[in-house]
Amino acid sequence: MQPSVSLRQIRGITFTAYERPIVRSLLAIVFAFVVFGIFIAIIGRDPVEIYSKMFNGTLGSKVGLSEVGVRMIPFVLTALAASIPARVGLINVGGEGQLYIGAWAATGVALYIDFPTIWLMLPAMAIAGFIGGAIWAGFAIALRHFRNVNEVISTLLSNYVAILFVNVFVFGAWKNPTGFGYPYTSDFEIQSVLPAIFDTRLHMGLVLPIVGIIATYLFLSRTRWGANMRAVGGNPDAARRRGIPVLRYIIIAMLIGGGLAGLAGMSEVSGIQHHLRPGISNNLGFMGFLASWMANHNPIAIIGTCFLIAMIVVGGDVLQFSGNLPSAAMLILIGLVLFSVLGFRKFERKTE
Amino acid sequence: MSDVWLVLGGTLTGAVGPGISVLYATYGELITERAGRINLGIEGSMLMGACFGFIATVETESVTLGVFAGMVGGSLLSLVLAYLVIYRNTNQLATGFALTLFGSGITAYAGRSYVDSTINGLNPIAVPIISEIPKLGSALFEQDILAYIAYVLGPMLFLGLHYTRTGLSLKAVGENISVAYAAGRNPYVIQIAAIAAGGALAGLGGAQLSLGFTHTWSEGMTVGRGFVAVGLVIFAMWSPLRAMVGAFLFGGAIGLQLQLQTVGAPVSPFILDMLPYLIIIFVMSLWSRAATRAMPEGLKGVLRATT
Repeated sequence: MQPSVSLRQIRGITFTAYERPIVRSLLAIVFAFVVFGIFIAIIGRDPVEIYSKMFNGTLGSKVGLSEVGVRMIPFVLTALAASIPARVGLINVGGEGQLYIGAWAATGVALYIDFPTIWLMLPAMAIAGFIGGAIWAGFAIALRHFRNVNEVISTLLSNYVAILFVNVFVFGAWKNPTGFGYPYTSDFEIQSVLPAIFDTRLHMGLVLPIVGIIATYLFLSRTRWGANMRAVGGNPDAARRRGIPVLRYIIIAMLIGGGLAGLAGMSEVSGIQHHLRPGISNNLGFMGFLASWMANHNPIAIIGTCFLIAMIVVGGDVLQFSGNLPSAAMLILIGLVLFSVLGFRKFERKTE
Repeated sequence: MSDVWLVLGGTLTGAVGPGISVLYATYGELITERAGRINLGIEGSMLMGACFGFIATVETESVTLGVFAGMVGGSLLSLVLAYLVIYRNTNQLATGFALTLFGSGITAYAGRSYVDSTINGLNPIAVPIISEIPKLGSALFEQDILAYIAYVLGPMLFLGLHYTRTGLSLKAVGENISVAYAAGRNPYVIQIAAIAAGGALAGLGGAQLSLGFTHTWSEGMTVGRGFVAVGLVIFAMWSPLRAMVGAFLFGGAIGLQLQLQTVGAPVSPFILDMLPYLIIIFVMSLWSRAATRAMPEGLKGVLRATT
């Protein structure tokens, strides 16, 4: 079926600014905020008040800004966890579960291995978190390779398993004996805690997403392997005929993705919580997945989309705290933003 | 030894109740996928059904209206997906997943003042005579009305897909959109109808969960049942009859887990909670190669699992 020729093409008018992806995305975001504003007005609140409170609570103060940064750390890492596998055509919806397993592995190192200094302890925890997340993602890739199980469903369902897996430990063997029966592990020793910076909740885990973004960007756009990954994602058969080891790229991309989500888990327990407990991640992995799709899996654009989502989440917490709106409403806004950004993309129907 | 029989018997009798909600969602996803689209928002549709079905029941004190509201809620949510994937050509998996998050936001917001509400809900109706059959009779025929509808719906869907004009055009659209178009049908209308029907069935499943099974509403109460349904459709190789087997397998896993908890099995309850998900992943891997061959052509671009 032929796509109809649009009026614009007939008249030969080109809206060059409007055609640029970034302008379209910004318009889409504004559109989503307007729709949500209408929703706020319908439920009988004042959109201007809500939005100005969100703005003041996030970008308007040092504390707010640092909170946005704190939230961005796991978002960027879990977004990369979705975007790197996406390069080779895999869809990793398991960031949430990989984050939990990474947090679990890092906690295991912190609780049971005695490294004397922070210089040994933190790298060991990070490596454990990375390996934990990578192994968890590895199950999905093994199921895909040996049993033809699509990774979307296996990673989705493994999220629920991972959350329960962490519960087994925090309600069981790892429960703090002096914690009054609460399902927490013991608090970490000082050498297992990522140091805070700028006198805020922002912590040294900030290094992880910065290095992650730069490394991913350089790797994907400046190396042969990055180009090969794109080839694998575009057409695996053609890539195989050109002699690219397709399976190897698929495995590596998924393991790195899972590992990055695991690092997000390590940074959450070590930088924020300082112990492991159930529910350490409130949809962090899922939001990272959406941030990656919103950015079209571009590592630089991920900074922007993660910033936006972090801003909405922190703004939601401010609103919840001041009693204006329950933070669940922010999931609605994030959903709207994503629909809108995806929907505003240039329309390209395949003409096969 | 008697414990083993107790657990097995309990698993059998306990398999149907938790399986019904998943069965409806599986039917819904099956219809959607037969038309060549995949809807990961089915989890969100289930939540909408559970939440709005419950709210409507509390407000109107009518379960019928509650069930109806659940179906409308699930269907409305899936129409968002229909618009975006068909008219804006967005990625189906990302859109569907965002839809689930969106639905969980809406329901957490709308349902927050109903968490402590109580309802009478759907109650079991024993079918005379056949429910007297020992063990199996009460397991299958002492259920709520939606369970009986679900039993009948499976064979009806099977016949409908294979022997009616509507069913055949639905399958044709899923196999090859251009051929369906050339045959004088508007494939997009059929797909929208299939997605809406799928959402309505998932909403019905959600309503069964909150009105018939738990009789309460709590945030995120479906805990992945919608995603389980997406897996079960593959397990069922897009056949409604096999979908019934799959859904009761999931129900059986939950039944088994509850039984093991009751007899005090010496394992962490959280390990038992993992069972349903692990069993679904396991059964999906059993005949996944055959399933890949049975997959509607229209899905192969999105759901490929070979490289």
